[in-house]
Amino acid sequence: MSTAYLGVELDAAGRHPAAWRQSDARPGELFTAGYWTELAQLADRAGLDFLAIPDSFAPPAEGQAGLVRGRLDAVAIAARVAPLTRTVGLVPTATVTHTEPFHLSKAIATLDFVSLGRAGWQPTVSHTLDEADLFGRKDWSDGPPPADTLWRELADAVEVVVRLWDSWEDDAVIRDRATGRYVDRDKLHYIDFAGEFFSVKGPSITPRSPQAHPPVVLRADEPDALAVVGRWAQVARIAAPDLAAASEARARVRDAVAAAGRDPDEVAVLLDVETLLADTADQAQATLAQLDGWHDGSGGTEHGTLRILGTPVTLADLIEEAVGAGAADGVTLVPLALPSGMHTVAEGLVPLLVQRGLRPSAPTPTTLRGRFGLERPANYFTEARA
Amino acid sequence: MTRSRKKQVHLAAHFPGVNNTTVWSDPNSGSQTDFASFVHFAHTAERGLFDFLFLAEGLRLREHRGQIHDLDVVGRPDTFTVLNALAAVTTHLGLGGTINTTFNEPVEIAKQFASLDHLSGGRAAWNLVTSSDAFTGENFRRGGFLRPEQRYERAAEILEVAKKFWDSWASDAVRADQAAGVFVPDEAIGPVDHRSELFQVHGRFGTPRSPQGYPVFLQSGDSDPGREFGAATADAIFSRHGTLDAGQEFFADLKGRMPRYGRHPDDLKILPAATFVLGDTPADAEERAAQVRRQQVGPRTAIAFLEQVWGRDLSAYDPDGPLPDVDPDPENVSITRGRVRHERDTVALAQQWRELAESRNLSIRELIIETSARQSFIGTAAQVAEQIDSYVQADASDGFILVPHLTPGGLDEFVDLVIPELQDRGSFRTEYAGRTLRDHLFQGDTPATRDLHARESGLSAH
Repeated sequence: MSTAYLGVELDAAGRHPAAWRQSDARPGELFTAGYWTELAQLADRAGLDFLAIPDSFAPPAEGQAGLVRGRLDAVAIAARVAPLTRTVGLVPTATVTHTEPFHLSKAIATLDFVSLGRAGWQPTVSHTLDEADLFGRKDWSDGPPPADTLWRELADAVEVVVRLWDSWEDDAVIRDRATGRYVDRDKLHYIDFAGEFFSVKGPSITPRSPQAHPPVVLRADEPDALAVVGRWAQVARIAAPDLAAASEARARVRDAVAAAGRDPDEVAVLLDVETLLADTADQAQATLAQLDGWHDGSGGTEHGTLRILGTPVTLADLIEEAVGAGAADGVTLVPLALPSGMHTVAEGLVPLLVQRGLRPSAPTPTTLRGRFGLERPANYFTEARA
Repeated sequence: MTRSRKKQVHLAAHFPGVNNTTVWSDPNSGSQTDFASFVHFAHTAERGLFDFLFLAEGLRLREHRGQIHDLDVVGRPDTFTVLNALAAVTTHLGLGGTINTTFNEPVEIAKQFASLDHLSGGRAAWNLVTSSDAFTGENFRRGGFLRPEQRYERAAEILEVAKKFWDSWASDAVRADQAAGVFVPDEAIGPVDHRSELFQVHGRFGTPRSPQGYPVFLQSGDSDPGREFGAATADAIFSRHGTLDAGQEFFADLKGRMPRYGRHPDDLKILPAATFVLGDTPADAEERAAQVRRQQVGPRTAIAFLEQVWGRDLSAYDPDGPLPDVDPDPENVSITRGRVRHERDTVALAQQWRELAESRNLSIRELIIETSARQSFIGTAAQVAEQIDSYVQADASDGFILVPHLTPGGLDEFVDLVIPELQDRGSFRTEYAGRTLRDHLFQGDTPATRDLHARESGLSAH
């Protein structure tokens, strides 16, 4: 039996729109470091592979005083919790549509430095005019560009970020007292990227990081995303209403990876599972009924994915079945309510998965790449030079 | 315990940067990139009760004669990411960094500083740096899009737009009222609309107002528009005016400009950059200082410095020999790119240098050491404390931003030896009185909070 990758997405008070109203929620602390640190440390102690931290520039929804509105920068949150955790991977979402690949490259590389090799990132596109208007830089007066254009731009942004990560060879800093040289400039490289959307010269201002290439996590839900998933993802996140649909989605990802000339076994496909766990299924149902009573959350599933309402056993069964049936290589759990949802995962689910051999009993501290069985990559420019 | 009414010294700690002040060749020099170095430096600064730590940033590696300059430290991590991580290992220390106003957009700057300020409990500071060069622009989407004369216009406007974003959330917007089911009431988030030649920005901002409201604004421009911008907007200014006279002149000039913007002179702290070398005796300190200067200006560094002024390839000259006979090439001022040069008239400067070298019989390297590397403060801990205090008491500054020459331990001795001396003189805090950086700089009574109170009362009126 192979093990299951296990990540948790931390979306403020939880995915359910009314989650912040639960008595054990801490809605007044959502914008404090303490809230995020506690969740991250729980995940760390439970040996989770990674935390996904969503983000967007989307303006707060109007006329929705009952929803959590406002968010902090995801890379900032990841950096803030990094020194206070030891093993868990940190995967912030980063919008690339309106931001600079040069800034993102050094930000994620630096997250890798401050976490000693636990950084990942989830690049994403921004589809909405609202976000474009907050930047006011791109002319979207005729409406947002089609999705395939946005994903092509994302592919270029990822390429630039990864090339910039390689623009310093590992041994570029020589500190050679005899010649007075701090760096060997032959080991610093202009990337000279010129594409359809932007050009970037390089090199990065930041040296190559512990992992060199923090894993690229990409959502594979949109058809237009598949090409870039195939080319660049180390981890693909899918949404599916059931395991049969998940199997199909996973097959599409693996086909895309193969089509890009890569080995499909090198890309982990993780199924999103919304969770609300309790000691009994009835309790879980009752909690959901209470949440829905405050705010109907049935339509709140962003990507139309599986939802487990029940006990940790129900969820462990699903994960076992999903991995056994080849529907996924693991899961990204999306708790409907936090921090309670993290406690039930850490205290209820993980011990069960360990018992069943689906999770290692004592996670060896490693890099995030190491968790996904990936070696530290060769340097594009070192290879080109050889 | 009696509280001294003496003018208080403010200190900031500059993490050693990518120029020849930083001595990487010393056996005690550690990593410039590993987080452990930043943690060490931050812990020392916080132990010393400094107002804030500071990270500089440049967005293109410096080039000299068409090649990446390899003699100084090269490369550093991302400012925001390091500052957020340092917030996890410190409790009071302010966390400041350079963020360029040309190659960032207002909404992302507003969100990133608000996030840092939330996650640090109100300790964020922003050093606004302008640039316009196409050289740096080559790393960004828009290239060298900004005309040089628009640099400060854009900087001032980016600040204006960022403030609109920060102000668009009421301070008490997040009610999180579980019983009433109100997380943020609609009226607590206002729309932002800013349309001008430089920006077309509108919409509702996604991040709640942070503990300080705005990050502390730092500035370093010395040109007339730079000084004007600082007088209008800055909470603290890094200057380069090292002598007492020049310091007093700058201090008076800057603070004299402030009333025009309705600001009180105390609302701005002037912090010249300062280097230091300590010794057990004055002679010991002088000896160590001379040694550090020779480390900072190696033979090839001396030639590179000279080439920056001469605008010519001088690699054939002996660094231990006399200055070149040829005159500078005044056309070739961009021999070094990616670094701000402050000398404008290179021919006149070269003439000055020649006279200095002749009168004191200096070699190229000795001249560069003399003109570029002399430390601000050299002496025993008591002497250095006395010098710092006397500058501040004489209104040549409000304190200093210290630039140590060693990573990460370059501040250790200063904190262990000089800080107690300053405390004994009644010129430096013996504990942090508040939690936010504005508390440290202004004892809680700050221009931003005053503005905010005015705005809040205005807000509740309609």
